[in-house]
Amino acid sequence: MAVLVIAIAARRNLFSVVMLASIYSFLMATVLVGLDAVDVAMTEAAVGAGISTILLLAALHLTKGEEAKTIHRPWIPLVISTAVAAALVYGSLGLPAFSDPQAPIHTHVVPRYLDQAVKETGVPNVVTAVLASYRGYDTLGETTVVFTAGTGVIVLLRLRRRAQQKREAK
Amino acid sequence: MLRVIAKLFIPFMLLFALYVQFHGELGPGGGFQAGVIIAAAVVFYALIFGLPAARGLVPDAAVESMVAGGVLIFAGVGVAGLLLGGNYLDYFVLDRDPVHGQERGIFWVEIGVAVTVSGVMIKIFYMFAGRGGGDPEDA
Repeated sequence: MAVLVIAIAARRNLFSVVMLASIYSFLMATVLVGLDAVDVAMTEAAVGAGISTILLLAALHLTKGEEAKTIHRPWIPLVISTAVAAALVYGSLGLPAFSDPQAPIHTHVVPRYLDQAVKETGVPNVVTAVLASYRGYDTLGETTVVFTAGTGVIVLLRLRRRAQQKREAK
Repeated sequence: MLRVIAKLFIPFMLLFALYVQFHGELGPGGGFQAGVIIAAAVVFYALIFGLPAARGLVPDAAVESMVAGGVLIFAGVGVAGLLLGGNYLDYFVLDRDPVHGQERGIFWVEIGVAVTVSGVMIKIFYMFAGRGGGDPEDA
């Protein structure tokens, strides 16, 4: 995956960048399956590797296939992103060890969800029970975000088309 | 040849989407994933048979009402809970047996999520793909 990321950054041909990003998504999905997060893996494979690749290709169809050469040298962004990455790595040192049963995240509400979800909701997949029932508000908000994003795209693209038609009419 | 395979494939894709949707309570999956798979089936159809054919099969008006309809279904489940005497998004009150009520609530909520997600994905694809060819009638 690290090799893929470097290849994505180094490539100038946008078509191959889109393809490499799609491969990256598939690898990510495999990693998530390895971590027993099958629901997330499914979403990653379907959205990251499937739909977003298609959308990027459709966007590529509207633009040029090659990335433009940068005019200035990107030193400041490089310094900032390196600093942020270092801060994140430093922060991750303070996290509890991987799959540590005493980690705070495993001691608050998670045992209750795992114990009670089947009894209270009759749904054996705890992920679904948490998403749709215990965290129903969050999921409603999420759906509204998807709705808002879709509406935003529709409005933006339609406005531009109207303007184009007006110009042609003149 | 490609068309024949696509014709054979798409029913199975839709069937798999329904499986992911309704089996999400037992195995992995749920509304979001099912919505994306439905959208992928329509996009696949559009890639093979052309955008106008896909637009004829799944018209823009239907897609746009899906975008809003899913959120309305989700919010409507919450309002139904209110009317039956619970809090907003309380599923216990949807049936005499609280566990059944939960199942019913989760079922409808997942359908709402699937409808909105697939609607948005199909619509965005239509809008992107419709721009390139200078298709005059896409609105």
